[in-house]
Amino acid sequence: MLRFTDEHEWLAREGDVATVGITTHAAEQLGDLVFIELPKVGARLVKGEAAAVVESVKAASDVYAPVSGEVTEVNDAAVADPSSVGSDPQGAGWLYRIRLDDPSALDGLMDEAAYAAFPK
Amino acid sequence: MPFDALRTPLHALHLRLGARMVPFAGYAMPVQYPDGLLKEHLHTRARAGLFDVSHMGQIQLVPRSGSLADVARALETLLPIDVLGLQPGRQRYGLLLDESGGIRDDLMAAQCGDSLLLVVNAANKAADEAYLRAHLTGICEIAMLPRALLALQGPGAEGALARLAPEVAAMRFMDVRAVRLADTSALVTRSGYTGEDGFEISVPEDGAEALAEALLADPAVQPIGLGARDSLRLEAGLCLHGADIDPGTDPVEAGLGWAIPAVRRRGGAREGGFPGAARILAALADGPARKRVGLRTEGAAPVRAGALLFAEAAAGEVIGHVTSGGFGPSLQAPVAMGYLPVALTTPGTRVFAEVRGRRLPMVVNGLPFVPAGFKRA
Repeated sequence: MLRFTDEHEWLAREGDVATVGITTHAAEQLGDLVFIELPKVGARLVKGEAAAVVESVKAASDVYAPVSGEVTEVNDAAVADPSSVGSDPQGAGWLYRIRLDDPSALDGLMDEAAYAAFPK
Repeated sequence: MPFDALRTPLHALHLRLGARMVPFAGYAMPVQYPDGLLKEHLHTRARAGLFDVSHMGQIQLVPRSGSLADVARALETLLPIDVLGLQPGRQRYGLLLDESGGIRDDLMAAQCGDSLLLVVNAANKAADEAYLRAHLTGICEIAMLPRALLALQGPGAEGALARLAPEVAAMRFMDVRAVRLADTSALVTRSGYTGEDGFEISVPEDGAEALAEALLADPAVQPIGLGARDSLRLEAGLCLHGADIDPGTDPVEAGLGWAIPAVRRRGGAREGGFPGAARILAALADGPARKRVGLRTEGAAPVRAGALLFAEAAAGEVIGHVTSGGFGPSLQAPVAMGYLPVALTTPGTRVFAEVRGRRLPMVVNGLPFVPAGFKRA
């Protein structure tokens, strides 16, 4: 199940774990990424709070946690090569995986069609 | 984009080239083209980049008396440089200072024979024009010229511009020359804001697009946005007014004392006589309390403008702050500039920058970060 937030993140849920990343639109807006900082495995994320940072040459942008839960895995390859987040943000450039406090938390988010129509 | 954003004469060209436009100093400006900032930056260092800097102010000063020396003398009361000694066809960098010696703006002053042309920052141009009018109206006519300004920068700039006007190849760094380019009358200076050799080209608005197209027809020349303009100037250790220099900084601590020549310093023939002179001449003689430095990080995280600097990894007082910071594409590493107490400005000195609640080690680095490619001979 693929869902999108109005902050331009995507979540792919399998069971009670969701993979989180930034959308292609967000990556295009940010431009060339040169640094990313991810939460630590085991960290508790609270919906709406800064979870990760993605930095382009010009600016640092917070990526907010779209849901609450515990980080189970982070994409170390993306940390080593931040450009992968820019070139394949909805694939190899995923950011982290989170065990959802409430697996139904994704129900209120946009599906692909709704996000495509969402004004950007 | 705000509906009331001003447009440069190259607006339609930017859109055709696929630029992402952003508001900057009241103008809609291209921040990057489809190639992206990293490629644009590296292309400029390797070949040649074309920048639209038409948002900058081009202020012409024409003497009422017919004698340019009258304008030069009057301008020296505002600007601590040698305007009287500026020869026709040459330009100098200068600083407009306020009464406490703070930097109102930085500019280029070109001697065009019968007039002076000042090129000032976009964000300050209205204030600069008003300030000049308040002080110089009796001496000269002051006009904000409705002209475009293009910058062609990089090791391939000379070759690309010389294809349109061979005589520019003979220009030296900071030379000024009137040249016919792409069927329009241009005023060309050999200068720029990237640390590379290059030219800034002032043309009438209706000739700007044809000139830009003629330059872009050269495969060595790519359009470059404001994003790369900023990373290029930061690697070159060049100040951005409003960030690295402002009314709260003076030329000496900013490391711009070189722009104040001996003739305006203590013991010089035209010593002082500019706003803030007492403080600035004392600072030149005694040395500043703090200085602008280059800073590199030990880790991969960029340190941005506004980050506070500390001497220690924990606790301790704030000792300075970062004024510009980002990623240097040519260095493939973060770079920054900021102010530190003079005792901590020796290259190699370790300090700490606070980023997202943590202190990251940084090392003082000489400026520029990349060697300048100016045409000195």
